[in-house]
Amino acid sequence: MDKFLEYMSFDFVRNAFIVGILIALCSSLLGVTLVLKRFSFIGDGLSHVAFGAMAVASVLNVTNDLLVILPITVISAILLLRSGVNKKLQGDAAIAVFSVTALAAGYLLMNVFPVSANVSGDVCSTLFGSTSLLTLNKNDVTLCMVLSAIVITLFVLFYNKIFDVTFDEVFSKAIGTNTEAVNLFIAVITAVIIVLAMNLVGSLLISALVIFPALAAMRLFRSFRSVTIFSAVFAVICAAVGMITSIMMGTPVGATIVGVNAAAWGIIQIIGLFIKG
Amino acid sequence: MADTLIKCEDLTLGYDKIIAENISFELKAGDYLCVVGANGAGKSTLIKSVAGLRKVTKGNIIFSDGITRKEIGFLPQQTEAQKDFPASVWEIVLSGCQTRKGLRPFYNKAERASVRENMELMGISELAKRSYRSLSGGQQQRVLLARAMCAAQKLIILDEPVTGLDPVVTEQMYSLIEKLNKKGMAVLMVSHDIRAAVKYASHILHIGETSFFGTTEEYLKSDTGRKFIETGSSAAQLQA
Repeated sequence: MDKFLEYMSFDFVRNAFIVGILIALCSSLLGVTLVLKRFSFIGDGLSHVAFGAMAVASVLNVTNDLLVILPITVISAILLLRSGVNKKLQGDAAIAVFSVTALAAGYLLMNVFPVSANVSGDVCSTLFGSTSLLTLNKNDVTLCMVLSAIVITLFVLFYNKIFDVTFDEVFSKAIGTNTEAVNLFIAVITAVIIVLAMNLVGSLLISALVIFPALAAMRLFRSFRSVTIFSAVFAVICAAVGMITSIMMGTPVGATIVGVNAAAWGIIQIIGLFIKG
Repeated sequence: MADTLIKCEDLTLGYDKIIAENISFELKAGDYLCVVGANGAGKSTLIKSVAGLRKVTKGNIIFSDGITRKEIGFLPQQTEAQKDFPASVWEIVLSGCQTRKGLRPFYNKAERASVRENMELMGISELAKRSYRSLSGGQQQRVLLARAMCAAQKLIILDEPVTGLDPVVTEQMYSLIEKLNKKGMAVLMVSHDIRAAVKYASHILHIGETSFFGTTEEYLKSDTGRKFIETGSSAAQLQA
């Protein structure tokens, strides 16, 4: 515990800790919608795209990676949504093609134009997240805080619309709601969340932050609101426990958070068995 | 003369292949119009076009000045995903007010009041906090009907509202719909159930090889109607 307190006495560690919690919170908010709308595959595809974009950014040697990654990922989200939802069969294949290409192109770029001596280290931290909170970039920390705040505000403001379109898109469309606009909004927010989460857990582990809290909450709760609130609480607790463990034990932060999520989800599955009888 | 709400002229429906042609009908305020016809005749396609979910191949669907899409309630067929959706009855019925709310982030008092009123009307007030997925099929349909009523000002469109319900619950649904119609709500319904259609509806639209549109009495006297009811009832006898 002393070690933890000592770490926490540094400003930038404290900030990183706050960012980690905000990112986990943001990821969990849309989790329920993404799982129920069968959109989780879009999240997965986008994380690969974000990896490719990250490679482009590091090759271009931009001072702030996020300024390159964010627009590319958002545009991809819009494209994937267009192809994915309208023609369901081709959509799955389109996403697979898209994401695998982005992944390969990213790795190629990083190898052909190495910006540091340790290419495999760079690749590894992009895929699986920073090895520790301490290596989070200071610019990223500020930008993450701003983006998280925006995501949370937008989610609260459009919570009801998101529910409408998640529960019954056909009904919403028939009574005159602009469902395309809401879907687009969901896709863009998803893209922002994925880019944010990449800093914390890396692009391969992002889905865990989105899916575990939602699945755990859906096991225990009945209304959309309680499911949303519980998944937010679940995500925050898991992220905090994960980061503390990571600091204390010196384990990689992303993998530790995901591990805590998986364990907590397992416990809730067992609790769920008793509740449902 | 009652106001015309919707007028359809010479509609052609289809995907790559034409499903149905030359459909014309008119729906006035307070009417109860049932769309009947054999499986695959295009009943659901027609209702989806009227509800604005798909485009027509040819022809026009004209909404009269007095009504906009935002004043129409809709009861779609249930999807598989919904049956396992974590939402309370209250949340679902409230979502019927989504277009009235517009871009305002939260629902206001008037909207909440209309939710309570419609839940009362459907006899589901005591289910408000229950989870949708724990309800019986009939209860779920009543929840969705209450939601549609929150959206509807003048017209409610129902796509096969009694599919999968047992006979007792089916009768309850029909009498609820009749009650709404008596209160002045126009009803446009797709049905497999020709017996109920001619019992409750004021007008019938038959689509298929021969099309028919007119009042229920005219339909019962027409060749199209007589033939369809005969085959329908003999099929029902076979099933029984």
